[in-house]
Amino acid sequence: MLGYLVEKEFKQIFRDKLLPKVILLFPFMTLILLPYAANFEVKNMRLAIVDQDNSSYSKELVGKLIANNSINLVANEHTYNAALGLIQNDKVDMVINIPKNFEKDFVVDKKSDILIAVNSVNGTKGTMGGMYALSIIRQYQDEKTTEITGVNDPPGVEIKTIYQFNRELDYKFFMVPALMVMVLTIVSGFLPAFNIVGEKEKGNMEQINVSPVTKPIFILSKLIPYWVIGMVIMTIGFIVARLFYGIVPQGSILTIYLFSFVFTLAVSGMGLILSNYANTYQQVVFMMFFFIMILILMSGLYTPFNSMPPWAQKIGAFSPLTYFIDVMRNVYLKGSKLTDLLPQLYKLLAFVLVINSWAVLSYRKKN
Amino acid sequence: MENVIVVNNLTKKFGHFTAVDNISFEVKKGEIFGFLGANGAGKTTVIRMLCGLSRPSAGNATVAGFDIRHQSEKIKANIGYMSQKFSLYEDLKVWENIKLFAGIYGMKKKDIALKTDILLEELGFQDEKQTLVSALPLGWKQKLAFSVAIFHNPKVVFLDEPTGGVDPVVRRQFWELIYKTAEKGITVFVTTHYMDEAEYCDRVSIMVDGRIEALETPKALKEKFASNSIDDIFYQLARNAKRTDD
Repeated sequence: MLGYLVEKEFKQIFRDKLLPKVILLFPFMTLILLPYAANFEVKNMRLAIVDQDNSSYSKELVGKLIANNSINLVANEHTYNAALGLIQNDKVDMVINIPKNFEKDFVVDKKSDILIAVNSVNGTKGTMGGMYALSIIRQYQDEKTTEITGVNDPPGVEIKTIYQFNRELDYKFFMVPALMVMVLTIVSGFLPAFNIVGEKEKGNMEQINVSPVTKPIFILSKLIPYWVIGMVIMTIGFIVARLFYGIVPQGSILTIYLFSFVFTLAVSGMGLILSNYANTYQQVVFMMFFFIMILILMSGLYTPFNSMPPWAQKIGAFSPLTYFIDVMRNVYLKGSKLTDLLPQLYKLLAFVLVINSWAVLSYRKKN
Repeated sequence: MENVIVVNNLTKKFGHFTAVDNISFEVKKGEIFGFLGANGAGKTTVIRMLCGLSRPSAGNATVAGFDIRHQSEKIKANIGYMSQKFSLYEDLKVWENIKLFAGIYGMKKKDIALKTDILLEELGFQDEKQTLVSALPLGWKQKLAFSVAIFHNPKVVFLDEPTGGVDPVVRRQFWELIYKTAEKGITVFVTTHYMDEAEYCDRVSIMVDGRIEALETPKALKEKFASNSIDDIFYQLARNAKRTDD
């Protein structure tokens, strides 16, 4: 009985004019476009300099600032207010004001004031750009202090950061494994929900309900094809990650498949719950948007989970995406083994259990 | 003749609303049983209970010898069902729909293939075997849906307004199919709004406001109400209805 039903599902999916193309294109486009677009690296900080000192020191400092790849000098102004006007008109992102007597004060008093004004409409760009400029100026200050006093006496503590597992701090390494999770959620979790609601709307469901097909068999016949498609999509994801970004999992690919499967069981259960409560496409599409938005924003897909505020982390803890994204990043970047990931596995299994029990119970209630 | 459907004091309430009010009747094997009633009279609710889709509030019934409260899965394996809403898969071909539903009812692959060809020939559908169902005209779809509903040789087939929206020629053909089915010993339980169709039935029941107000052969019905058209009788009974719609 199950065999006939699964056969029918596959026929319907492949016969659809749009669906197979979308199922293939979706992971491709997501993985190829999004990591480039959704990128927090700060490039092209437009800088306006107000050099009121015009000394050899100030020129040297400006030279150092420009030498940074991320900073472009686009304007030289004579007054701070004029430069500030440029920020207001969105002509520059950052203004650095070097005051009169900068060199003199620096040599005599060993201190001087430099003002950095940053446009923080785009918060990330503002913060990151300000930090770049600050670190360049600090470095310059240390060099100069050493030069003047002749003593190598930088500040007491020198902080050096080595980035483990993603040395270049490449944002794509952070995004690509997590985006695969998003694609899998949408395809394996929500397509079967659409499918079931579609049968309800067309009246096919009624015909199945008067037949000897039991509910578990019917649900399984809806889910199995999307489990298979989910695994295919993960495979496409691995290939795209490797071909386009040279990203290869440091850990075992089998670990990822195992987690993908467990995760798929959880999200397809979520889709089932939605399809039980919805009677029309319109309802299920709207519910899906609602959940997808929350799940994606709360699960640390774009922003690291640990840097979310505690209340948000508490909400995120109720999303299976949180754990699978964590697993994907760990296996891809750190090479974590299954034994390191057991806590996540148990949590995902708990989700599978709770979500699917809820799905079955809510399905029964309808009759 | 043995009774295939036995209904005793069946009642269904939705809150304070009594959709089906304490009805009793029997349907014999191989009989064509016309189940008439205005919109909202409670026909569909009765069919849903007999098919095991809905639990009765009181009373009981057996279909093909199985109790509708406790053996609904067994009932489902022994009935066929065709609703007013076309419910074959539009994006499957004719033979694929037949194969799917035959498979669901546990028929063997070999039998399915063999019987499919016989059926298509009977219907004159040989050339449409590979056609997507969505491409068939409505009348053909209804005939196909009916044939699929009896393909697994059920004991009873429930037809819920099977000829709605179908032209008179196809309606006539459809009733020929119903007769052939009854001759094979399959009981036909049919609802309709066409009173000429009621004349084709062995026995007719007329439901008003959740109760069965008349149950006779078409001939006896006409004698009892001293009228020569079922249309008239239906109108006499139904205009007393308090309910107007579903």
